Amino acid sequence: MNTIIALAYLLAAALFILGLKQLSSPKGARNGNFTAAAGMVIALGATVPLLHFTKAGLEITAVGLVIGTLIGTVGARMVRMTAIPQMVALFNGVGGGAAALVAVAELLKFGVHPPLAEVFPSVFSIVIGSVSFAGSMVAFAKLQELMTGTPITYPGQQIVNLLLAATIVGFAVAVLAVASIPFSFIALMVLALVLGVAFVLPIGGADMPVVISLLNACTGLAVAASGFTLNNFALIVAGTLVGASGSLLTKLMSDAMGRSLGNVLFGAFGQVRAGVTAVGSGGQARSVRSASAEDLGTLLAYSQRVIIVPGYGLAVAQAQHAARELADVLEKRGVEVEYAIHPVAGRMPGHMNVLLAEANVPYEQLKEMDQVNDDFKNADVALIVGANDVVNPAARTTPGSPIYGMPILNADQAKNVIFMKRSMRPGFAGIENELMYGPNTVMFFGDAKDSLTKLVSAVKAA
Amino acid sequence: MTNELLNELTFFVLAIFVGFEVISKVPTILHTPLMSGTNAIHGIILVGAILIAAGANSPVTIVLGLVAVILATTNVVGGFVVTDRMLEMFKGRQAAKK
Repeated sequence: MNTIIALAYLLAAALFILGLKQLSSPKGARNGNFTAAAGMVIALGATVPLLHFTKAGLEITAVGLVIGTLIGTVGARMVRMTAIPQMVALFNGVGGGAAALVAVAELLKFGVHPPLAEVFPSVFSIVIGSVSFAGSMVAFAKLQELMTGTPITYPGQQIVNLLLAATIVGFAVAVLAVASIPFSFIALMVLALVLGVAFVLPIGGADMPVVISLLNACTGLAVAASGFTLNNFALIVAGTLVGASGSLLTKLMSDAMGRSLGNVLFGAFGQVRAGVTAVGSGGQARSVRSASAEDLGTLLAYSQRVIIVPGYGLAVAQAQHAARELADVLEKRGVEVEYAIHPVAGRMPGHMNVLLAEANVPYEQLKEMDQVNDDFKNADVALIVGANDVVNPAARTTPGSPIYGMPILNADQAKNVIFMKRSMRPGFAGIENELMYGPNTVMFFGDAKDSLTKLVSAVKAA
Repeated sequence: MTNELLNELTFFVLAIFVGFEVISKVPTILHTPLMSGTNAIHGIILVGAILIAAGANSPVTIVLGLVAVILATTNVVGGFVVTDRMLEMFKGRQAAKK
């Protein structure tokens, strides 16, 4: 029997690896998800013979599975495409929480002096799992805008966080060396939860994807550690796979933003001052030009080449269909239309591609940053729809700006820039955008969807 | 060091290398789905949660087990479903391509 279980776990592990492989190429991505899910079903099925149910145990397992399935299915089905990033954060957090609880329950079985090989991974799992849980919840709150997306910092924050981390290490050593009693696990958990919150607070909302990816890798490692405690092959292999691939993915994501991981995680410190002065100097009453839909419609209709730069504002307003409609009318008049997709447009890498694909925008019109950046100088109009930070020239010109060094779209090089925006409020990174004050920039205020619809009728009338 | 621990360490180290190698080149558009997919895979903690919950015999373990199973199931089910929803959109894109 044990041989069969072991073989089933091996099969599950192979399916996970295969699934990851498929997930990393556009062709097989969807199948990859199914492959991994099949691995999960096999791993769960193989676990059944290992279970010795108590009466209460049977009940809580059944109830827990039903409740979890309901929450998971409803949550994942109902969520709007724009809110997917925070949903991923939520699902990641609960995984971390589960890993921590499993480790606590397992340690309780051993009494005061468990063997080191058991207690070491358990303590690791409790701490990392709790950090991941709390951190993910803060990430969720920031993305859902339940709290401010700007970094929250205070003097001495780094020292406080360091002290917190040191206390956790001290407690962990005490549990390992002296005694493992329930009080110490609870203390460890609470401290780790606080650390998770404190760790994510100073990180800006725009950087949340990288943070979620990092916490995702952490949860993987916490799961692997729980596997060591339970002596379970499936947990060790699957958890470690996620830990390793998640770490690499985190690096790829911060590379795509043109930043180092350290800069993303700890960059808020010291940059706050620069950010504040930048806003301060720009925040004075400076005039911007704005125009009517009719004028802009004429401008667009008689252009040869228009590049649309979609951003999160488009996603929020669910304006992807309206954007396509505008592109369609323009193309009918012989205008060449392209979409310039910044790697981190929207709230996550790839987020914008998903949204525009949903609106059936032809694949050939979606241009990645490197493909399209040289085209801007030949474009008559760069139409910026709800994007901000990804076209902010401060990334090129202002050292000390939080986004300095981030590769941006060269929208400022177009002959005309139409900047569609709800208000003059700064973008997600919380900094002023010089482009709005540019000599060839026209602001067009309003909800992205309404504004686009107005432009469509204006172009038709032109 | 026991034999079992030695085996486990072997799997652990090998899995690290596999994890790094398997996703070495990922296009940007797949970063989010891939993160979501790996997120679903660490829902394997459900195996651990069920092992704990099944043997629950005291109020403390019952509560721990129940909460752990709920959280882990949410992770697995939500993770796979939300990943599929994202990737579903790419199918629309391929159709538009034709």
